[in-house]
Amino acid sequence: MDEDSPVQILKNNIWYSNPIFIQILGICSTLAVTNNLTNTVIMTLGLLFVAAFTNLTVSLLKNLIPRKVRMILQTLIIAFYVIIVDILLRAYLPEISKALGPYVGLIITNCIIMGRAEAFAQSHGPLISAWDGITSGLGYMWVLMLIAFVRELMGFGTVFGITVLPAGFTPWTIMVMAPSAFFLLGTFIWVAKTIILRQEGGK
Amino acid sequence: MVPDLNPVVLLFASIFTSNILLANFLGMCSFISISKDMKSSNGLGLAVTVVLTLTAMLNWVLLQYVLIPLDLLYLRYIIFIIVIAATVQILEMVIDRVSPALYMSLGIFLPLITVNCAILGVALFMQIRNYSFLQTVIFAFGSGLGWWLAIVALAAIQKKLVKAPVPAGLKGPGITLITIGFMAMAFIGFSGMLSVQ
Repeated sequence: MDEDSPVQILKNNIWYSNPIFIQILGICSTLAVTNNLTNTVIMTLGLLFVAAFTNLTVSLLKNLIPRKVRMILQTLIIAFYVIIVDILLRAYLPEISKALGPYVGLIITNCIIMGRAEAFAQSHGPLISAWDGITSGLGYMWVLMLIAFVRELMGFGTVFGITVLPAGFTPWTIMVMAPSAFFLLGTFIWVAKTIILRQEGGK
Repeated sequence: MVPDLNPVVLLFASIFTSNILLANFLGMCSFISISKDMKSSNGLGLAVTVVLTLTAMLNWVLLQYVLIPLDLLYLRYIIFIIVIAATVQILEMVIDRVSPALYMSLGIFLPLITVNCAILGVALFMQIRNYSFLQTVIFAFGSGLGWWLAIVALAAIQKKLVKAPVPAGLKGPGITLITIGFMAMAFIGFSGMLSVQ
């Protein structure tokens, strides 16, 4: 199958070269908000938006940007979209914006966005680049949401803030704290890689 | 509204209990890829500490005397990232001129630092928490030391792990993350004693 077809890009970004468990990119800024599903959804949606538009813009401007200054220009393009996300969040979801704190701004240094702009948008057309940004964001989103689901369920007994576990349940304090995110992501990578290794072995 | 914080407490909290990497997840990307080798971990740790302290000071001055008086706070992301990129670039040129030996050991790590989330993260934390100049310097320096300590410790553990029988699927990033998790538990274990917000 053609490597650059939209379906193949979707498959690659969601599973075969998932930004998180294959490329290990961009976990810095978002792992911190995974103790709560609502925050994770907002944060990853913000990232998806920035990734899609940065890829689109970089792809449109790729022939105009001199190679030497492209890094700093890409960073400025990313910063521009992050500011838009930040202002939108503060206007419409002030509480979540406050809870996310500095992490919205840190989307700028999220390696996924820069990585996709550099690896994909520099050499592809605008629309397919935007699609690559969206699917990268989706690949990122489902993994983080899974982690956030486990952490919120075990740490608070809730899903999206609604209590689901019986009142007798003792919350696992460790799930609210930082180390659990590392453990869960590590375990997740283990499972995913084992499945991928098995698939490759079966071929 | 500068928070009332004892400088010594702030220093220790930023190195250990609120470690920028282990408690706030900042600076993970280069952390995972570099931490396989002791020597480069040391170089990168030193570079991060220097750049972090320098840029935090510069960013604090710009924030207090330019951005806030002119009501341009929404431009802070762009200003901070430009300051960081420019500092790294200038530092690279200065080190190259002054000490080629230091350049050999530090120079290759400098470009990596521009995209290190820890640098921008510290700048944003100091803005959100309203730190004074002194507090910013201490917080930035402590965070740098904490990052350095964490990456060197991880490199040392990774060295031992080479001989360990790790399942195929867990090899590489998986086991690294689980190791980081244990380290985080050890660092955060002290958080009942001191913490900064």
